[in-house]
Amino acid sequence: MALHSKTPLLFSRINIATRRQGLCRSLSTVTNNTARTKIQDGYYDQEHQELQRSLIKLIETEINPFVDEWETAGQWPGHRIFKLLGQAGFLGINKPTEYGGLNLDYKYHAAYLEALGHIRAGGVSLGIGVQTDVATPALSRFGNDYIKREFLAPAISGDVVACLGVSEPGAGSDVAGLQTTARQQGDDLIINGQKLWITNACQADWICLLANTSIGPPHRNKSLICVPMKTPGVNVARKLDKLGMRSSDTGHIFFDEVRVPAKNIVGEEGMGFIYQMKQFQEERLAMALGTLVPLKTIMEETINYTRERKAFGQPLLNNQYIHFRLAELETELECLRSLIYRAADLLVAGQDVTKLASMCKLKSGRLARVFTDSLLQFWGGMGFTNEVLVSRLYRDLRLFSIGGGADEVMLGVICKYMNTLPHVPVKKVK
Amino acid sequence: MKQSHLHASWESVAAGASTEADLRQALPFLLPKKMSLKVLVGVKRVIDYAVKIRVRPDKLGVVTDGVKHSMNPFDEIAVEEAVRLKEKKIAKEVIAVSCGPAQAQETIRTALAMGADRGIHVEVPAKEMEKLEPLHVSKILAKLVEKEGGDLLIVGKQAIDDDTNATAQMTASLLNWPQATFASEIKKADGELDVTREIDGGLESIKVKLPAVVSADLRLNEPRYATLPNIMKAKKKKIQKLKPADLSVDVTPHLEVVEVVDPPVREAGIKVDDVDTLVAKLKEAGRI
Repeated sequence: MALHSKTPLLFSRINIATRRQGLCRSLSTVTNNTARTKIQDGYYDQEHQELQRSLIKLIETEINPFVDEWETAGQWPGHRIFKLLGQAGFLGINKPTEYGGLNLDYKYHAAYLEALGHIRAGGVSLGIGVQTDVATPALSRFGNDYIKREFLAPAISGDVVACLGVSEPGAGSDVAGLQTTARQQGDDLIINGQKLWITNACQADWICLLANTSIGPPHRNKSLICVPMKTPGVNVARKLDKLGMRSSDTGHIFFDEVRVPAKNIVGEEGMGFIYQMKQFQEERLAMALGTLVPLKTIMEETINYTRERKAFGQPLLNNQYIHFRLAELETELECLRSLIYRAADLLVAGQDVTKLASMCKLKSGRLARVFTDSLLQFWGGMGFTNEVLVSRLYRDLRLFSIGGGADEVMLGVICKYMNTLPHVPVKKVK
Repeated sequence: MKQSHLHASWESVAAGASTEADLRQALPFLLPKKMSLKVLVGVKRVIDYAVKIRVRPDKLGVVTDGVKHSMNPFDEIAVEEAVRLKEKKIAKEVIAVSCGPAQAQETIRTALAMGADRGIHVEVPAKEMEKLEPLHVSKILAKLVEKEGGDLLIVGKQAIDDDTNATAQMTASLLNWPQATFASEIKKADGELDVTREIDGGLESIKVKLPAVVSADLRLNEPRYATLPNIMKAKKKKIQKLKPADLSVDVTPHLEVVEVVDPPVREAGIKVDDVDTLVAKLKEAGRI
């Protein structure tokens, strides 16, 4: 049975201190942990909750005590955390058993995604989510045995850090417009180009790259290629200095005559774009699930804060404007939750949930902005400091209207399903 | 090797002894103690350590409705130790036991997910649970240990809700077994356990003969995260249900809670400039 890996002495001391603290203050007042008083039940059953309990414990012991440090440093320790998560079985929940996964249905994976929200820094959950829901699903679904053994299995066991390379300086929302090429040369591919906005770039062992591998229609000429980051010619030129998700290393990577074997193509050549599209519904649902716990947490912390904080002789919370506003936002959050759970259930039942998943992504991004903005206001001056969670979430969650498919792209997808997009007459080719 | 040599010599004694226990008594130094122990672990469902406790309006207890509960942290350490004994092949079976309402099963399942083989849930309805005392639990555990033929009972040194630190000791007394409380290290020796105890003055090393009761202290180990594969396997493990009456234990309360109040709000301290002023102030306050 796997025991969690040996941590440097400093960390063990901190672990004992944290746990001793926890045990010693059993009846003392703890102001900031009531947030995690109850795992959302009614949707998840015993086993899902057990999974969440174990993950939350890992988060509270190995991650949360250090997030402030990692946010300041601009880097979270992916290799160490992935090893812990991998040993506990969290990185391959819905991946095949032959490669170390557990082959459980999506709801178990949803339980894990939601529980990741207990991490008090979006950057870390983002980095973890990229490994399980962005860089690896295509390998799991379309990769052959070589791809799965070489790249997927170590990502599931937590022995490597993975990342996805799709976006470029000139192509974010417009995926089809990417310029990176991978030309054939014998049994190899030679890659040239650059990728931007790559989460985990600075610590990744391999990147799943989307590049043009042939001439043809832009939806049919791209392939997904697994590239080890240490391959000569791969250069992580810089780490971006971002508004939020600051503990997550986001990189700008250049590829200069990078040579990889052509067998590193995932699935069929030319199908890369389609493969990427197919996994988008899960990626979108994953991001939406990731907002539920942070928003719930910040709501509870805000209630506690405004109950304690007095102005003009009474608690802030006594002002109807405040407790009514909180009630409005709570209502919106529950609406979002129901939408997400519904989409997850339909996905488990085998249905295509692209429309709902896009709605979940759209709504979670927008609600997160309104929510954190309103709540931050109630924290007053404190909300404007880096000493509270609300300001970090305000910055971190702002990403969700941009990354993983901007709001505008989501709206376009929903319109497509509603059949409301303008019909562009097809130009006849002479 | 040792065993076959002994068989020759005690077969003659076997004729005179009627039970294994008699045999052990007759030839304790010749018969190697079975080191495939049957271990019972007591686990209690308590309010999670991170929750801010609030006194109930009726002042007879604390608010438990809708509040997050988890396994008592010291019991987690106890389960971890039992599972490690099994991994070292010192224990052959680990049984997790809990007294409480239906939700106590969640706590047992956590123990199963950590590696316990099966569970026993002694059903005590929520209202009665509030009044359940360490003595009742000790009686229940003692009966269960006898019923199961246990060789070792490990429990957390105290529960973080009542902090009574009494169950292990009383259970040992009821069973007339040796006890090793506040264990920070357990090592197996022939037929005995070498236990290091955390005491006020430091560390104490003792030997206890098996069967014994051990209570786990903080530094005994660091409990593992229940891995997802084990959480899934735990689904198939059995939890037996019993009532205190099935064990002939009467859970009528002997104690009555008169009032529960918050501790007094901590007052601000004062700083003094030198030792003389400190002594003077302490004398003023009647502390020395």
